[in-house]
Amino acid sequence: MADDLELRFERTVQAEARIEPRDWMPDGYRKTLIRQIAQHAHSEIIGMQPEGNWISRAPSLRRKAILLAKVQDEAGHGLYLYSATETLGADREDLTTKLIEGRQKYSSIFNYPTLTFADVGVIGWLVDGAAICNQVPLCRTSYGPYARAMIRICKEESFHQRQGYELLMTMMRGTQQQRDMVQDSVNRWWWPALMMFGPPDAESTNTEQSMAWRIKRDTNDELRQKFVNMSVPQAEALGVTFPDPDLKWNPERGQYDFGSPDWDEFWQVVKGGGVCNQQRIAHRRKAHEDGAWVREAAAAHAAKQAVSKEGAA
Amino acid sequence: MSFDNAYESLLGHEDAHWAFGTGFSEPLSGVNREFPAGVDRDALAAYCLMLGDDALIFSQRLSEWCSRAPELEEDIALANIALDLLGQARMLLTRAGEVLGKDEDALAYLRDEREFRNVHLAEIDCGPGPGGDFGTTIARLLVFSSWRLALFSRLRGSADPVLAAVAEKGLKELAYHRDHAAQWTVRLGDGTDESHRRMQAGLERVWPFVDELFATHPVEAALTGVAVDPASLRSEVDGVLTAVLSAAGLTRPADTKAARVAGMAGRDGVHTEAMGYLLAEMQHLHRSLPGAVW
Repeated sequence: MADDLELRFERTVQAEARIEPRDWMPDGYRKTLIRQIAQHAHSEIIGMQPEGNWISRAPSLRRKAILLAKVQDEAGHGLYLYSATETLGADREDLTTKLIEGRQKYSSIFNYPTLTFADVGVIGWLVDGAAICNQVPLCRTSYGPYARAMIRICKEESFHQRQGYELLMTMMRGTQQQRDMVQDSVNRWWWPALMMFGPPDAESTNTEQSMAWRIKRDTNDELRQKFVNMSVPQAEALGVTFPDPDLKWNPERGQYDFGSPDWDEFWQVVKGGGVCNQQRIAHRRKAHEDGAWVREAAAAHAAKQAVSKEGAA
Repeated sequence: MSFDNAYESLLGHEDAHWAFGTGFSEPLSGVNREFPAGVDRDALAAYCLMLGDDALIFSQRLSEWCSRAPELEEDIALANIALDLLGQARMLLTRAGEVLGKDEDALAYLRDEREFRNVHLAEIDCGPGPGGDFGTTIARLLVFSSWRLALFSRLRGSADPVLAAVAEKGLKELAYHRDHAAQWTVRLGDGTDESHRRMQAGLERVWPFVDELFATHPVEAALTGVAVDPASLRSEVDGVLTAVLSAAGLTRPADTKAARVAGMAGRDGVHTEAMGYLLAEMQHLHRSLPGAVW
């Protein structure tokens, strides 16, 4: 019997069809997905902070509106993804607890600080660009609710990427001070953006099983290469350079060769030693704890309403 | 330039599904901008600054909640309200700027505290800073949106086509803001003992600033047929607030008034101590790079 279920699951996945919440699935598949989608949701929520840092100081009303809308979109993405996780039997409150207790991760890119307004544009261009490269294949991932959430999210991310790039274009046409600001920001974000694809394939523990289950469709290094190939012409159009002396076109491979990120720094940030790790979690924890009385009030009020409805019936 | 973006094919190029289009630009595009005959344009500009500054400064305060709200849904809702008000501010500042020969950004970023004309209610810290909490924020939103909704419903009949258009568009937004605030007022007032206590404290905190909303300024008095006399809104707004507070089981605070300074308040550019800090933060980058385009 169990073998039949397993067999049917395997066939569904191999045939590129979708697994839906009521379908049988292996425990490992369920656990892997809960971990991955929750981390993805946490990343959206923590990711509100670095950019939210500039809403009050945005230098034009148009940029303020764009940034506010973008950070609002990220909250929406977090919401979609927590909902997708709940279809697997997880609970949003419990996932939030795991995040603020450091038991679940989020993308380590958000542990880097936003120091100038150019960072808002560079995050849109490079960080959202890397996220899109990572996430477009997930629109065809084997778990239906996750795939559908990714389609909506990728559309909006794509839009954010364009807006970030447009901000940088505007700044590059501006004063020398603005151009220097953009280049400085690119210098600080380029390597962390490359690290967003995760460790090199040789050191990536989850890849093989995730590929077999069609959760993941490309390796970290394949996606990283694709991102570099995409970004170099965009940098040229913008008039900025990437801080990598080894970056050059390789006609034999038909791709760009590029240097290796500082993986020691990567692991240090992943393990909690980045500039902002503690600050990001403390911020999220404070919002959650300060809001507890509000959530309790909403629940108490809903319960009272339910009782009075019953009485009226 | 075209993007070599793996997602381009999915995205398409119509902007219809973006809440604000992709531009966020030209606040008054498509609006009739003729000045009606016989209207004092300087007074009109001053009036647009009053209503525009109310929205801009309150939007700035609301956006401080971003990533700090009690739940994700509320993060989204407060950002949404902040965005609506920012949109209203941009239209009103643009209209004022047509008279004053300045654009919306020059007015938002290059005026000093004494030149801002918003009411005190919009600028005080009601949380997430030390000046309040979520209950205080909801109390302010309830008062402000009830008042502005009553104002905009009359402003639709303004002789100035821009004010009429801003009011028409803003009315739908403000109805949502007021509804959102009213629902939370009831939820918190009739939730737990703690939420009841905090919601009541929030009302007490904002109440001294309510009276200023209904004080007629000479600019408003001079713009018959164009501006709305705020004194005419008092009974309607009172009725709304009384109904909401009663449904929430909350007590209406005593009608204390914050004293004026030499007869002046927000409409005259005389603000609270919070205002200087708010503007320092809001304006510093714009002022640091004079002449830069963003």
